[in-house]
Amino acid sequence: MDKVIIANNLSLSYSSNETIINQADFSINSGNFVFITGASGSGKSTLLKSIYGALKPKQGSLIVGGVELKGVSNSKLNFLRRHIGIVFQDYKLVKEWTIEKNIMLPLIINGFDKGVTQIQVDTLLKHVRLKHQSGKFPLELSGGEQQRVAMARALSHNPILILADEPTGNLDDYSSQLIWNLLEGANKQLKTTVIVVTHHIPENLGVEYKHFHIEYGRINEVH
Amino acid sequence: MKSIKNHLSLVVALLSILFSMQIFIVVERSIEAYKENLANNYSMVIVSQRKLSSTDIQEISSLISKIDELSPDNVITRLDNKMDAKNREFLKLTLPKFYKLGLDHYPTPYEITSLKKNLLKNKYITKVEDFAHTHDTTYKLLLLFKGVVSVFAVSIFIVTTLLIFKELRIWQFKHTERMNIMGLFGAPLWLRSAVLFRLSMADAVIASAFSFVIFSYTASNDWIQEQFDSIGIRVEIFNPVDDFILHLGVALTLSILLASFIVLGHKEEV
Repeated sequence: MDKVIIANNLSLSYSSNETIINQADFSINSGNFVFITGASGSGKSTLLKSIYGALKPKQGSLIVGGVELKGVSNSKLNFLRRHIGIVFQDYKLVKEWTIEKNIMLPLIINGFDKGVTQIQVDTLLKHVRLKHQSGKFPLELSGGEQQRVAMARALSHNPILILADEPTGNLDDYSSQLIWNLLEGANKQLKTTVIVVTHHIPENLGVEYKHFHIEYGRINEVH
Repeated sequence: MKSIKNHLSLVVALLSILFSMQIFIVVERSIEAYKENLANNYSMVIVSQRKLSSTDIQEISSLISKIDELSPDNVITRLDNKMDAKNREFLKLTLPKFYKLGLDHYPTPYEITSLKKNLLKNKYITKVEDFAHTHDTTYKLLLLFKGVVSVFAVSIFIVTTLLIFKELRIWQFKHTERMNIMGLFGAPLWLRSAVLFRLSMADAVIASAFSFVIFSYTASNDWIQEQFDSIGIRVEIFNPVDDFILHLGVALTLSILLASFIVLGHKEEV
């Protein structure tokens, strides 16, 4: 099975005197569903940031989708990101755009045809049960609805990898369940690799998963 | 309303740059027109021991555009009215020849000195009257006027450029979130900053259009034309094609350049 992520002796830090992740070795196969847990400030989000290239490795190597992220060029990083879907706890939606345009963003960046884009967006809006709100702006929606839009955006371009940073952290049960269903669906049906940073692993998840736990800068495989 | 206010601040800043630039151009044109006027009125007088042909004199310097021989008749008449024709003709032949030289353009003091030197190199030319003092004063006054206007225009240009830069920084803060989000999904730099460029280019076009209207009106204003007529010059205040293209070019270049600085200085949030 192809490896989507390979980390060797990986160390991450924001400043020279503090190391968040220390000499980690791990790999994630294509099609895996992975949970990363740990206490607040343990480095879960930092690890996720390094996977989408917002934080470069301080030491060691991190290969994502065949791209070595240590010293990666901007063009290569952009190319990699076009194949990743990201969901944040604070949604990160463009406030001046309608939710339809927000979902379109990765499709526009990837140069999809206008017709294909529209079909894909309509399908996703139905999946996240927001078809009737397509012309609204993010701030007109509830937190749960905004996160569903962010989820639809992350899935829109059929990425090879979905990264979700506490995607259900602030959500009600209905929206949380919808998000988990969408992540499960992407993993099962499209064989998309899914990495979720969370404090709580849902009990009724319908997929096999791997579980990494971060403690004192070390990444341990639990499950 | 807020959006109009945002646009207005950049448009006004660009407009003041275009305004100072056009004022500088008009001053430059006025000085050129005035210099041409002075060149038409300005002439040198040379005294030669023998008759010189126009070609002889013109070969000395390309600056000389016109040569008129001054008739000695008036001088002779004033000397003695009772002189007979034979003596008068004899005197005419013995008197030195006077020539008035018209120049191609209004000369600099250096050009006058150099021309005077070259003229005196001719063995028959004994004296050159250049009216240097009057010439020098007028010329220095013109240069001083031009210098003051240039300093004024450059100062406005610097201040307004800084204002534009500040305005674009505010835009950058406004657009940073969107640019970051687009970056997270792999948008190349040009796509992330497209809105910033689009807005600054739109404002450059609006500012040029405003300057077109303002200067077209000014150029057709009778009072202003009368002021130029009163000092004996005709100046084109605004050429609707050439000047508008220049304004548009300057406004676009400046706004694109400043937007590029902002975009290249943008750092991704970690």
